[in-house]
Amino acid sequence: MDLILKVWRQKNNKDNGRFENYKVKANEHMSFLEMMDVLNEDLLAKKEEPIAFEHDCREGICGSCNMVIDGRPHGPNNGTTTCQLHMRFFKDGDTITVEPWRVKAFPVIKDLVVDRSAFDRIIQSGGYISVNTGQAQDANAIPIEKDLAGQAFDAATCIGCGACAAACPNASAMLFTSAKINHLGLLPQGEVEHSKRVQAMVTQMDEEGFGMCSNTGACEVDCPKEISISNIALMNRSYVGSVFGSDKGS
Amino acid sequence: MRWLINFLSSSLGQKIIMSLTGLFLISFLTVHLLGNLSLLSDDGGYTFNTYAYFMTHNPLIKATSYGLYFFIVLHAIQGLVIALKNRMARGANRYAVKAKGNASFSSKNMALLGTLVLAFLFIHMGDFWLRMKLDWLPTVVYEGYAEPIADLYGRVAMQFQNPLIVIAYVIGQIVLGLHLWHGFQSAFQSLGLNHPKYTPFIKGLGKAYSILVPAGFAIIPIVHFLFK
Amino acid sequence: MKLDGKTPKGPLDDKWTNYRSKMDLVAPNNKRRLDVIVVGTGLAGASAASTLGELGYNVKCFTFHDSPRRAHSIAAQGGINAAKNYQNDGDSVYRLFYDTIKGGDYRSRESNVHRLAEVSRNIIDQAAAQGVPFAREYGGLLANRSFGGVQVSRTFYARGQTGQQLLLGAYQSLSRQISLGSVKMYNRHEMLDVVKIDGKARGIIARNLLTGELERHAAHCVVLATGGYGNVFYLSTNAMGSNVTAAWRAVKRGAYMANPCYTQIHPTCIPVSGDYQSKLTLMSESLRNDGRVWVPKNKEDVMAIREGRKTGNDIPEGDRDYYLERRYPAFGNLVPRDVASRAAKVACDEGHGVNSTGLAVYLDFSDAIQRYGKSEANTMGNHSPDAATIKRLGTAVIEAKYGNLFEMYEKITGENPYIFPMKIYPAVHYTMGGLWVDYNLETNVPGLFALGEANFSDHGANRLGASALMQGLADGYFVLPYTIGTFLCNEIRTPKIDPNAPEFEEAETSTRARLEKILSIKGNQTVESFHRRLGKIMWEYCGMSRNAEGLKKGRQMIRDLKAEFHKDVFVPGTQTEFNPELEKALRVADFIELGENMMVDALDRNESCGGHFREEYTEEGEAQRNDEDYTYVSAWEWDDDQPILHKEELIFENVELKTRSYK
Repeated sequence: MDLILKVWRQKNNKDNGRFENYKVKANEHMSFLEMMDVLNEDLLAKKEEPIAFEHDCREGICGSCNMVIDGRPHGPNNGTTTCQLHMRFFKDGDTITVEPWRVKAFPVIKDLVVDRSAFDRIIQSGGYISVNTGQAQDANAIPIEKDLAGQAFDAATCIGCGACAAACPNASAMLFTSAKINHLGLLPQGEVEHSKRVQAMVTQMDEEGFGMCSNTGACEVDCPKEISISNIALMNRSYVGSVFGSDKGS
Repeated sequence: MRWLINFLSSSLGQKIIMSLTGLFLISFLTVHLLGNLSLLSDDGGYTFNTYAYFMTHNPLIKATSYGLYFFIVLHAIQGLVIALKNRMARGANRYAVKAKGNASFSSKNMALLGTLVLAFLFIHMGDFWLRMKLDWLPTVVYEGYAEPIADLYGRVAMQFQNPLIVIAYVIGQIVLGLHLWHGFQSAFQSLGLNHPKYTPFIKGLGKAYSILVPAGFAIIPIVHFLFK
Repeated sequence: MKLDGKTPKGPLDDKWTNYRSKMDLVAPNNKRRLDVIVVGTGLAGASAASTLGELGYNVKCFTFHDSPRRAHSIAAQGGINAAKNYQNDGDSVYRLFYDTIKGGDYRSRESNVHRLAEVSRNIIDQAAAQGVPFAREYGGLLANRSFGGVQVSRTFYARGQTGQQLLLGAYQSLSRQISLGSVKMYNRHEMLDVVKIDGKARGIIARNLLTGELERHAAHCVVLATGGYGNVFYLSTNAMGSNVTAAWRAVKRGAYMANPCYTQIHPTCIPVSGDYQSKLTLMSESLRNDGRVWVPKNKEDVMAIREGRKTGNDIPEGDRDYYLERRYPAFGNLVPRDVASRAAKVACDEGHGVNSTGLAVYLDFSDAIQRYGKSEANTMGNHSPDAATIKRLGTAVIEAKYGNLFEMYEKITGENPYIFPMKIYPAVHYTMGGLWVDYNLETNVPGLFALGEANFSDHGANRLGASALMQGLADGYFVLPYTIGTFLCNEIRTPKIDPNAPEFEEAETSTRARLEKILSIKGNQTVESFHRRLGKIMWEYCGMSRNAEGLKKGRQMIRDLKAEFHKDVFVPGTQTEFNPELEKALRVADFIELGENMMVDALDRNESCGGHFREEYTEEGEAQRNDEDYTYVSAWEWDDDQPILHKEELIFENVELKTRSYK
């Protein structure tokens, strides 16, 4: 199949960036990233600079890949990362627009590569359970209801790719933040420092400059792991509880 | 107090201000509609005018109405602040291709819809409320009332003979409906009131509300224009 | 030089307890004065960095990824073993130890493996306390499943994403230490050299991948937790970025590479579909519990399938060869990974492969669908269900068990595996070989430690399923934090290491020269094309089966490829910018040398064991070990002309060496 790719090229963070058009020959068994590999090999053969993009595991779990394809993070298919998207979902002759995440808190590094360290800092602000190695009691000492463990897992399945913020019309990172807060807060082990964690993580999220959730639901549609927006509601409730239901802070 | 300021200035605090003020305005709309439906009665305006008199003279309601003005302003300003902050959060470049299919029209355009509702509100209040406050309206005398009463009904009946005004009101209500379509259930989500059992009910209620209430408001000018 | 594994004396059960009870410690006030560099943030690196930080050391931690959470440990699917015996099915530390030694075809060190089995239990406790959402029973206690041929249920899991959840646990602990200031994190930094001062590892040269700047980082010791080198085959289940560079740079500075030829080929991966393919995707081993492996008996059917005139469903039962069940009636489809992989290769080599490349076999669930369907209908009270009902009910059971895997398969291949039998083929998955380490996980270079897949220590010649996660976390949480003290307790009087020392100067200069050289070639072939060619050579001559002639030929081809690479590779851009092609070029250059080392090692080992199968050494088509001559670890000292072999004899005091038989 013959495709025209309209790809965002930006030399570095100071460059303004622009779209460039490329012709590429693909076949339907390729993944989207393999199609990008073909394009890059073509560019290298012409001694041109290849398109920088992030990718690693290519099986949908590391969270590295991040392309906005025709306006949708990770492309048109729900529950799919860019690396899992295959060319059979496109037609011969299609023009495909490829852009980086456009979120102020994720500045562009080069072409399609952005800096997502804001997510690391949100986790560092409290996205953990404070337990040192060796302190743990027996793993079966605290029974956890099967469904509750499942609910925590559903939140914990987040791969930290940033599609939620990229998809959100407000560039909000609340799906990411709430997923970690709930993963830990739902479990008895994490419940102990839940209030402190909610406050710290929300504060850090705000400091990073993400937008505010207006409940459009775009995040849950474009989340490759289909994490539910109900996580944001649960975070909101926990946050209100942590402010008004606690005697800490003055 | 620091904790309260922190809370109110946090992203979640600001969302909660939006949802609480929004819910208050939603409840006001119900009361307002119930009163306004008396515009449809065939008593030459008696019910409506006496209702308007009561609403503007009862001290408790008067006090509440100041709260209402405050919440309208707060909702609008807070909404504007959020919209601006969210625009900034996107960064210098916007997407070249607009996403299709990942969110509803109204949810993506709350700020625009809200601004239009506000504009409608200015026209609407200028038309009726302001004239009444400034005593620009003619008065009528009803038995049992010590003073003459402003004939707000007369003003309404006159205005709604103008087809342009009727169309403007109907459009205003469509915009309000779209704003509520997302706003109603969104307020519950922001407050964290999400539950696998009850949320579908709240969502259904929100949709019914955002159709029925604006439709109720829109019927008044139409009926006046066609039948009175 | 004779290698000393430093195995403590005494009975096996007590070795670790006695050793750590009597080892010299570093006092807390001294820990604060000691700097440790950890390279890599997978299970081993993140757990080590966070634990060392908790203990009070000053830790600097490096990853080439944009975040520590991206390390490839994240992709592990199946689970993690631990000798908890929660199922009351007779599991014990000894049994896990024994299974691992046997599974490794008696080519690992007894003392290390026993320690691994001992601490396996603590890992599960630690992970549960960190909030890892393991699968649970209705009573709220932890669930287990069985894995890869062992006779007990000891595998803990979190759906099909166990690696992800364990890594996030370690990443969160690491994040906590970063926020506390005890670990300083360097993302997007790639280690390009180890710096040795007076023979001891005292720091690294790292390249800031965003700016291209070469940085000197000094410390009292260096820990490498940089994963395996499966990508030397180009196509593997490893992530695109997984590489050998950190380990290989250590080798170039004198560390020994142990058993590099031991490669695990996983039998159930999605087959290669074209030349453009960049990586292979694993289908969890658990599928072999219900899937039956077969190929058509008749060549006409094979041709018809390859040309698309027939599908697997059109082949009648009598014309199918369920070759695993035929060859290994005792274990059938559940033979260990190395055996299943070789059998698939034999079937395809004989011309029975079922896709256009001829390199695929069927993994068929239709029998399981029938079996489950009938049983479901029975429980619902329907004792004479029709075919459609059976199929519907059976499919639902399979979906509940393996739904996410089937979905993944369909996403990649575009074929519905509920209707058509899955096509699978073996692919490179894990490398048992790695940097040689002693009982302390210290390489032969003092102060240089290696953890996880980067070392060679625990899996011998073949790794059992669900043991990689166990080893990575054991090393990082519960072994290194103790054993690193054996080195550091002698360093408490050593002042901070000076990054301006001449040794750092030399390392930085030579690294810069290396980068400049590769950039200045400006040839005509891409890095990717060299990597692809290297992979083909490795797969052809050092893959699932090897022979002396092929290995000699392969080695020569690699040497030629190396010469060509350094003459004709094209790398755009400069070294002082974000330049992914340059990163790739440096990694491929190191892979090429490693590839040669693997050939040399495979040629030296005149026996078949685990993942190393030499065609000359078989008995009735099965692998034939030579315990008489090869019960040793091959540790290679690199030399451009001829690597030098150092042997560590393996002494088995507790288990008897037996032939593995699955017939």
